[in-house]
Amino acid sequence: MDRSGEKNLNPYDTHAIEAAMQLKESGALPVEEIVAVSMGPESAVRALHKAVSLGADRSVHLSDDALAGSDVAGTGYALAQVLRREEPNLVLLGQQSDDGECYTVGAVVADHLQMPSLTQVIKLEVEGGTELKAERQAEYGYDTVKVQLPAVISVGDAINEPRYPSLKAIMGAKKKPLDTVGTGDVGIDAAKVGGDNATAKWVGSSLPPKKEPGQIIEDEDTAETVEKIVAWLDERKLI
Amino acid sequence: MANILVYALHYEGAINKNSLGAVSEGADLAAKTGGECHAILVGEGVADDLAASLGTHGATKVLRAEGPEGLAQPVVDAMAAAWASGAYDYALFGGGLLGFEVGAGLAARLGIGVAMEITAVHITDGALVAERPVLGDSAISEIRFAGEKGIIIGRLNAFELRESGSGPAAVENLDVSYSPFSTQAQMLIRGEQRGEQVDIEGANVLVAGGRGLGAAEGFQLCEDLASAFGGGAAVAATRAVVDAGWFPYAGQIGQTGKTVAPKLYLAAGISGAIQHKVGMQNSENIVAINKDANAPIFEFSDLGIVGDLNKILPKLTEAVKAKKGG
Ligand SMILES: Cc1cc2nc3c(=O)[nH]c(=O)nc-3n(C[C@H](O)[C@H](O)[C@H](O)COP(=O)(O)OP(=O)(O)OC[C@H]3O[C@@H](n4cnc5c(N)ncnc54)[C@H](O)[C@@H]3O)c2cc1C
Ligand SMILES: Nc1ncnc2c1ncn2[C@@H]1O[C@H](COP(=O)(O)O)[C@@H](O)[C@H]1O
Repeated sequence: MDRSGEKNLNPYDTHAIEAAMQLKESGALPVEEIVAVSMGPESAVRALHKAVSLGADRSVHLSDDALAGSDVAGTGYALAQVLRREEPNLVLLGQQSDDGECYTVGAVVADHLQMPSLTQVIKLEVEGGTELKAERQAEYGYDTVKVQLPAVISVGDAINEPRYPSLKAIMGAKKKPLDTVGTGDVGIDAAKVGGDNATAKWVGSSLPPKKEPGQIIEDEDTAETVEKIVAWLDERKLI
Repeated sequence: MANILVYALHYEGAINKNSLGAVSEGADLAAKTGGECHAILVGEGVADDLAASLGTHGATKVLRAEGPEGLAQPVVDAMAAAWASGAYDYALFGGGLLGFEVGAGLAARLGIGVAMEITAVHITDGALVAERPVLGDSAISEIRFAGEKGIIIGRLNAFELRESGSGPAAVENLDVSYSPFSTQAQMLIRGEQRGEQVDIEGANVLVAGGRGLGAAEGFQLCEDLASAFGGGAAVAATRAVVDAGWFPYAGQIGQTGKTVAPKLYLAAGISGAIQHKVGMQNSENIVAINKDANAPIFEFSDLGIVGDLNKILPKLTEAVKAKKGG
């Protein structure tokens, strides 16, 4: 899977930025600064501009040809190397990337940073400035977990309603500091990243068994549409 | 030869069904390559019987580690400790949530590859090759692991349950010293059932609602349609609306909810995300109402209606009632 995308800000990640903003604005956590980090080709700058227009104070762009084609393990490792340098108290991620859809980069990052971690968190409260109370849905229902900071939290899209950036924030985004780094700057072992070094390698593809496409009705006259639905159900003895 | 270690998730004295599927799959793959399949359980006072029962599904040995339940990182520590014996080539997980976190964390720890959302595994030249559907399930990519060691995380319900074992497995206790950061998360409440108990697994007609209903009140439209169908019909939901508190967790379909296969599944205002699809794709008849003609749900619907559910559902309810009455 080509994970070099991230051309525009992944919509799921706006929830992570919003969660950071809410922690900062509520004073629940003393937040010195919010830093947006993205790994991707040159076009990832656009995602970072969006991130700072949503409230991040500055951004770091990890960009290097050596990173192209990295798998989840490589991406998580590379991101962890950038994050390590920032010494964060809290790393927030989104629930899934729109290109990779693995929902696992957070777990990889956390193991490299040796921080406690949870994914799919939909409620986050700070307790005493050093601990988080996080809620998320897992296989058997909702779990409430106490997590000590520093921690790595991937948030689910139900955690908040991201704000829209103001026109002023959009205009100002390009003025906020953007630091571009390559693998050498953050101590990334180039032998552990990139498509050629991927430990899970794409070796081929096939097509799934062809399924007959379903019937589609465009609703123009609802009475007629409903008649068609009922006939369809009736034919299959479903009513 | 491939020796496989399978993580078995358990809760309240029962092993997760997807983990049983993963053990079955692991046993099958191990047998085909002349290797062995072992399972690992991490928990507080896991009973001998429960651990040994994994033998039924083909595990020849079960490693049991005493440790916290419901959190991923302690399991990473336990699996890394087991891996240190040098006996294993692949780790396998059933679909769900915890296995994704454990598998990815373990990949980072061991420096080996990981592939997720896997729907099938085959063997090429003695190595495991994992199949992952991509691009909204329109193509299947094949993934092979460097050094022929890797971590495979299954998609929900991908691995079939089989009872290929010859009886209880040998249980061995595994000593694990947990990393400091693994114990910096602590479970306060596990498995909270938000909202009332509803039964969607027994229903032959399910009217499922999603974010497109607009608000909790929108579920009334689904309730009305379900009542029109009469006994045997129930209302279900997506995670998005359960997380929002619009509908009880017990009525959620999908990766971290229920798996259903009713005679008729009718979706209203549901986009058809993979994590939802995996819980309902075996329904006999799938009908979807969505105002977006490009919604992924139309890719796997038998009948798709492009339109506003607020206009269609009330009229459909009336029509179904009339049909039933007449
Ligand atoms: C690890 C993980 C586990 C997950 N587990 C689950 C799970 O168990 N179950 C689950 O369901 N999801 C799960 N999800 C979430 C999943 O990815 C989707 O976010 C979710 O299924 C979307 O729910 P939805 O279809 O209700 O909402 P949306 O995706 O927001 O879709 C709403 C749809 O309603 C349509 N709509 C809006 N208004 C109208 C109208 N008036 N008339 C008709 N149509 C309208 C829109 O066009 C849209 O397609 C999981 C995600 C992750 C990462
Ligand atoms: N290239 C990347 N740069 C920055 N963050 C990323 C990148 N890839 C994934 N992430 C983060 O990890 C989350 C989960 O991604 P994934 O595991 O790929 O579904 C995303 O929502 C992002 O927050």
